[in-house]
Amino acid sequence: MADSTIPLEIRDLSKSFGERRALDGISLDLAPGEILGLLGPNGAGKTTLVRSVAGRVTPEGGTLRILGYEASDDRARLVRGWVPQEIALYPLLSPWENLWTFGRYQGLSGAALEAGIRTSLEWIELADRANDKTDKLSGGMKRRLNIAAGTIHGPKVLLLDEPTVGVDPQSRERIYAMIGELKGRGVSLVYTTHYMEEAERLCDRIAIIDHGKIIASGTKDELVKKTVGTRQAVALDAATPIPQALAEKLGRLGATVDGMQVRLSVEDPAGEIRRLLELFHAENVPVQDLTLKTPTLEQVFLQLTGRELRE
Amino acid sequence: MSMILAVAKNRLMNLKRDRAAFVLAFVLPVAFFTIFASIFSGGGRSATGKVAVVIVDEDGSDASRRFVAGLKAEAGLSVGLKPGDEKAAGPVYTAAQAEQAVRKGEVPVALIIPRGFGENAIAFDPGTKRATLRILADTADPIAPQVLNGLLQKVAMTSMPAAMARSGMAEVDKWSGGLTPEQKARMEQALGAIEKEATSGEPSASKGPGGLVAVETRDVLGETKKNPTVTFYAAGLGVMFLLFSATGAGGALIEEAESGTLDRILATRVSMTKLLLGKLVYLAGVGVAQLTLMFVWGAVFFGLELWSHIPGFLIMTLATALVSSAFGLMLASVCRSRMQLVALSNLSILLMSALGGSLFPRFLMSEKLQKIGLITLNAWALDGFQKIFWRDEPVWAIWPQVAVLTTLGIAFFLIARRVAERWEAA
Repeated sequence: MADSTIPLEIRDLSKSFGERRALDGISLDLAPGEILGLLGPNGAGKTTLVRSVAGRVTPEGGTLRILGYEASDDRARLVRGWVPQEIALYPLLSPWENLWTFGRYQGLSGAALEAGIRTSLEWIELADRANDKTDKLSGGMKRRLNIAAGTIHGPKVLLLDEPTVGVDPQSRERIYAMIGELKGRGVSLVYTTHYMEEAERLCDRIAIIDHGKIIASGTKDELVKKTVGTRQAVALDAATPIPQALAEKLGRLGATVDGMQVRLSVEDPAGEIRRLLELFHAENVPVQDLTLKTPTLEQVFLQLTGRELRE
Repeated sequence: MSMILAVAKNRLMNLKRDRAAFVLAFVLPVAFFTIFASIFSGGGRSATGKVAVVIVDEDGSDASRRFVAGLKAEAGLSVGLKPGDEKAAGPVYTAAQAEQAVRKGEVPVALIIPRGFGENAIAFDPGTKRATLRILADTADPIAPQVLNGLLQKVAMTSMPAAMARSGMAEVDKWSGGLTPEQKARMEQALGAIEKEATSGEPSASKGPGGLVAVETRDVLGETKKNPTVTFYAAGLGVMFLLFSATGAGGALIEEAESGTLDRILATRVSMTKLLLGKLVYLAGVGVAQLTLMFVWGAVFFGLELWSHIPGFLIMTLATALVSSAFGLMLASVCRSRMQLVALSNLSILLMSALGGSLFPRFLMSEKLQKIGLITLNAWALDGFQKIFWRDEPVWAIWPQVAVLTTLGIAFFLIARRVAERWEAA
């Protein structure tokens, strides 16, 4: 089934390490030019899944094909790129030498290698630091070089494993821009991250993995709708203690009262907030703060896994 | 004060957890001491047992036979008279064969008893003309000829008392104005009794000044060498440092594994076999450069005869660099951390260097230790270099050493490859 146009096709993938079931029948597809965010608590199976695609873990069951090739196939190595979470570079070598090494290891040589190095250095904005020692570069620069080392051979499918860990906001923006450029070139990406806002911002689709299984997948809106629904959360803080009479009226509206705080889940924000404020107005209780929150991926994650993403 | 103790306790807690540092601090010194102690306890040579010597009796007189018998009775010597089985009937060594045995390193010394030795073996008067014993020595072992020379003087006195007495009587006759016939007859009678006693194998203990028999020592290998010991040290230290640098550089593998770079490499088109082979080529190349530098340095500054031994040098250097590199890779692939590698490599390299003759020559060790030494790659490498540079043997003569080193190199590499499977896809 070689030369498939499906960048990544995973069916019933399973893998155990001793007693622990790291992958328990995972099925996933990646569309051309799509960015798939892979979210999950620590130990959920994300790393095993990414390493299986990278050819560094041999699954026990199921199939995994990269543009139609088995992960261990040499042709899969050509079309696949992997940017590990660690800064997997030679600290004493320069960016140029690191790129030469990994370009060469990916089979590039001669003019193609030279061109690959030059283009990569410009892309990661390190052309002027090409001959410095890598361990003298800033954290953000190293992260960019780490990405370039995994993409110098022009892969069609790229695995990015937490590429922004420990990076300052400015460098992070640059990395987001680079990811956008890769997507623009038609590269399909699997992106693992602990930053929810990153997943929301960059990913076309998100798969949440826990206990070795994909427990939900879809666009952010789809996930929200499926799990926490479309209701929005209203939080109101009173400026003075809430009298018993008002509390009872609020209760009839479906709100919960905790001291001076009121929480309410709404389907029709404009109408329901108006009614809420009218009650406060009628009882002459001043309002100090009012917020309306749309359900987030964080809530989806919490609801599905019972854990915060950064746990 | 309590803070100082807290710092000390913290280091102690660390040491308990750091097995590598523990090995370096306590196991290595004791292991090393054990080797040195077993080599030198009992005074070096005496612990090594006997000096092997080939004796050629060209004289064949009664006196020379008694002399040889006396030498054979010496506990410090192991005497060989025939090239084959000593007990079987067969031809004895000729002077040329004896010299060959020394050249080949079969024995460190040979003794030639020349014709006419029996007639005038011992002389108290240095001016008297006497036959000169010839020692053919391989001065790679500087002690053996000296031991032999000392024993020759001793045995001359103990095994040939009659010859000694005759020589003394001649002196008396000469300086006393002549003995009467009656005195001479009594003297002859006494000498006959001494000779009888000597043949019975119970030499009487006698002491006297040294230098009774004339001895001439010839360095059959080093006589044309400018600086013989340099060869030993160039090869010995060269091999040891080659091992140290190979294991150190092999440690890059551990760093790659720890940093995640190895993972990344193995996801590219480089397989583990290619990776290890690439590292082997690099390490062996560095090894060849190191040994070449060492020998060129020796040639330029210390008179080491490199230029006349280039082919043998290249073959030995290649074989040695190959086996050292494979050894380094094997250690690196076995170890889990850099510290572990440092401890294991220091321990194994220093032990191998001590046993294998890199630190001091193996001929100083007992036969048992010399045999044990052959399990080290140092011993095989050094033997090969000695054959080329010291014994001037032809290039083909080093085939056993090259074969052993190459086989070991391949075996080490295969072990490294097997152990490195743990880094491959899980």
